[in-house]
Amino acid sequence: MVRLTIDEREFQAEEGKTILEVASENGIYIPTLCYHEEVSPYGACRLCMVEVTRNGRTRLVASCLYPVAEGLVVRTESPEVSNIRRTVIELLLARCPDLEEIHDLAKQLGVDKTPFKLENKKCILCGLCVRACEQVVGVSAISLVNRGTDRQVASPFYESPDACIGCGSCAYICPVNAIKIDDIGDTRTITMPNPKMQPTEFKLKKCSKCGEYWAPEKQLEYIAKKAGLAPEAFDVCPNCRD
Amino acid sequence: MDRLSSPAGLEKVRESIVSKRDTDKPCITICSGTGCHAFGCEKVSEAFQKEIKRLGLEDRVDVKTTGCHGFCERGPLVVIRPKDIFYQRVSAGDVSEIISETVLKDNIIDRLLYTDPNTGEKVVHEHEVPFYARQKRSVFGNNGYIDPTIIEDYLAVGGYSALGKVLSGIKPEAVIEEVKKSGLRGRGGGGFPTGVKWESCRNAPSSDGVRYIICNADEGDPGAYMDRSLLEGNPHSILEGMLIGAYAIGSHEGYVYVRYEYPLAVKNIQLAIKQAEEYGLLGKNILGSGFDFSVRINRGGGAFICGESSALMASLEGKVGEPRAKYVHTVEKGLWDKPTTLNNVETWANVPLIINQGADWYTKTGTANSKGTKIFSLVGKVNNTGLVEVPMGITLKEIIYDIGGGIPEGKKFKAVQTGGPSGGVIPDSLINLPVDFDELTEAGSMMGSGGMIVMDEDNCMVDIAKYFIGFLEGESCGKCVPCREGLKRMREILDDISEGRGKEGDIELLERLSTVLKDGALCALGATAPNPVLSTIRFFRDEYEAHIKEKRCPAGVCKELITYQIIEEKCPGCGLCVKACPAEAITSGGKKKPVILDQEKCIKCGACYDVCKLGAVKVS
Amino acid sequence: MHAETGQLEKKVALVLDKYQHDKGMLVSILQDIQEEFNYLPRESLEQVSKTLDIPFSQLYSVTTFFKALRLTPRGRHLINVCMGTACHVRGAVKVLESTERELGIKSGETTDGLEFTLETVNCVGACALGPVVIIDGEYHGQMKTEKVKDMIKEYS
Repeated sequence: MVRLTIDEREFQAEEGKTILEVASENGIYIPTLCYHEEVSPYGACRLCMVEVTRNGRTRLVASCLYPVAEGLVVRTESPEVSNIRRTVIELLLARCPDLEEIHDLAKQLGVDKTPFKLENKKCILCGLCVRACEQVVGVSAISLVNRGTDRQVASPFYESPDACIGCGSCAYICPVNAIKIDDIGDTRTITMPNPKMQPTEFKLKKCSKCGEYWAPEKQLEYIAKKAGLAPEAFDVCPNCRD
Repeated sequence: MDRLSSPAGLEKVRESIVSKRDTDKPCITICSGTGCHAFGCEKVSEAFQKEIKRLGLEDRVDVKTTGCHGFCERGPLVVIRPKDIFYQRVSAGDVSEIISETVLKDNIIDRLLYTDPNTGEKVVHEHEVPFYARQKRSVFGNNGYIDPTIIEDYLAVGGYSALGKVLSGIKPEAVIEEVKKSGLRGRGGGGFPTGVKWESCRNAPSSDGVRYIICNADEGDPGAYMDRSLLEGNPHSILEGMLIGAYAIGSHEGYVYVRYEYPLAVKNIQLAIKQAEEYGLLGKNILGSGFDFSVRINRGGGAFICGESSALMASLEGKVGEPRAKYVHTVEKGLWDKPTTLNNVETWANVPLIINQGADWYTKTGTANSKGTKIFSLVGKVNNTGLVEVPMGITLKEIIYDIGGGIPEGKKFKAVQTGGPSGGVIPDSLINLPVDFDELTEAGSMMGSGGMIVMDEDNCMVDIAKYFIGFLEGESCGKCVPCREGLKRMREILDDISEGRGKEGDIELLERLSTVLKDGALCALGATAPNPVLSTIRFFRDEYEAHIKEKRCPAGVCKELITYQIIEEKCPGCGLCVKACPAEAITSGGKKKPVILDQEKCIKCGACYDVCKLGAVKVS
Repeated sequence: MHAETGQLEKKVALVLDKYQHDKGMLVSILQDIQEEFNYLPRESLEQVSKTLDIPFSQLYSVTTFFKALRLTPRGRHLINVCMGTACHVRGAVKVLESTERELGIKSGETTDGLEFTLETVNCVGACALGPVVIIDGEYHGQMKTEKVKDMIKEYS
């Protein structure tokens, strides 16, 4: 266990935890966009930056990645921190002017407009969908392609990825609801925000008891295979199971 | 070739090599670095080989192709040893005369000599050429004496003796102490004390004892090619440094990560590794010491960001070159999460020197906090373009004027840019600045890898800032918001300013974005990206303001803000510009009458300005 | 097509063997494959993905990240305009623009008929010759806008 100070309050924390984890556990709010506890931290949005002082040296670090240490002094607010958060949100507002969640976050941070030319992108490149697909689901159907300003979330060659099982974890984890899932009748359609990608359709499984369509067949096949179960194990939907 | 089994065995082989060489025998050394290749040195070498054969002189005269000699402006370079007669701008047609006159009769060919612009006198010997005379070529000097594809050449000049010394019973900790004592700081740009880095790596825990060392040869700063010339010209010096470092740290596996844009460097280091292995200087039980070390070569994939240590390591793991936060240093968790020491090419090349001559000797050169020498690539608007090695503490003025020969065409010096895209500009007012890590950083620039770009009155500082930001925008990995989005917006603002759309508040916005990048970017590419912008604003704010307030480019560079005009009094109507104009914007005004330039059609390409020998085209 | 695919498979397998199926050497593996085929055919990527057990999406990320790797074939002649700082201060931008005009393509593109590919490169270490243009490995120094047309003509 180590002792550290966050915003003048002392805490005890397990070694190996990050500042963000300790702050969250103790109800101290630090804004984030690219962080989710189910996947590894990435440090890309820079909203979670805080000021730390250690061994007499003060600097700004990403709290989602910085491991706690004995005697660490953390300030979650400072003029420099504020400048970073506000400018980051201004940059994101300019990149994705139509995203409600970005507008909400901007308001929260006291920003109501952006000095930069507006673009029209729908994805903030937080990478959460990619990390969820890789680390939680394990199929790596999508990835971050190209480099720099051309960077985008895409499937190989922008085609409907063979590896995708239609589980929708990407849509669930996306902080700006950029990935759409539409379950209509016996079909699930997943639409990625990348304009180069066509929507992908998945056939939904029909429950043998109640007749409701409940999950993509491809997803159920994948889970069955991974769990070593017979495919029939998913013939009945969760509602109808005893 | 029997593998050497002891340091004593190495010395015996060396003795035997040296004794077989006749130091009085004339040796024609031809610089074959990439720069001279571009000047056609291959034809010169071929001509020498052919002529020597034709005259049956193989036993009496040696011909040696070497790595880069450094005086690139004057290539192809031929130095006839042992007298060190220095010929420059040699062509294949000069070869038979050189052999018949200089080699066989000791006669000097005047027209091939270098003329000292200050005295007007011809200089005969290499070390008397002002360009070389004021350098201290401790690391780079051997380039002119060895053929990089022949390991025996390296052995003949004392190569691998430092390794032999270390493996003759010096403890790894003692090696680290010596390197610490020398004050050697990383030559790749970071300037971190090398000995301290090695010590941290040696002391970092490793569950299976595996530690890696890496040579960062991903020299990406545009305008810098020191590492290339070291790798091409003296690859063994780097291998020897790596061997010593590996021994000190306790590593048995090393990597050399070379830019793929350097095929000759890749070829030469590959060959050097092979030859070193044959001699038993690499591999298992080196010189019978029980120490194993092997090296592999990886090529870069065309990504500047892979010069950053964590991105380089990601690339070595088969992933995209995305840097990671270094709150846990790579000396503790680096390649494959093992303790890793990454050092630059030039840093490794300094190590054998320190071991051979001692830290005390090394500290005699340089300043209090920057010991030793540094190799710079002196390029741009300078007369003597090339690679120069100078002691730390020498002033910029000496480098640019005494060694560099000043600014061509009598133009006025404006600024020198150091540190590549991470550095800044240093104006005339600071021309007497001593070159050392801390001085350059204080001036708002940095040492960087050693690029030194000289600029004159015809270079626009806004354009320079735009160039660097544009470069970095293209090289950003795209992971973090400040860099990916911030650089794009900075470039947009600089585009606006240089194209006449600048407005009040632009400079302040550039400064705000700069702060966010410095404080908030994930890696050093983003964090240092603002330097060219901030330093040009610091020293040349008036230029920015001219662009913004008056829509004027004082240096006459920014296309949208300049017009080309014909000075009618000076134009005889020769029509050269009419032919050169790609937009057909210039028409003849009649026989012997000045030409007419149609501003509507003019695309500001500058072809007419370039082609007119009478100065009849004006830029305003 | 079938015979060709068999050929491709063999060649890719040879490269993978050369690097002992080491995932860390992925970029080098892809570069060697590219040298064989002038670009990276999709089938080769699929084979590498399967053999090295690397997700196809990760392979695609690596291929699109590194400028040295390309998914489409290159022209017969490669024109590289150096845009290093030294060449820049000596007027490389004008040389590039002139070359783009002459060929009718922008940097990064290939002319119809796959004759010329135009690319920029950041410093080739021949700064004394700046501005430098390299065509098929041959260096053309002290390049100027009005010399571009003739330079290209040499290769047409």
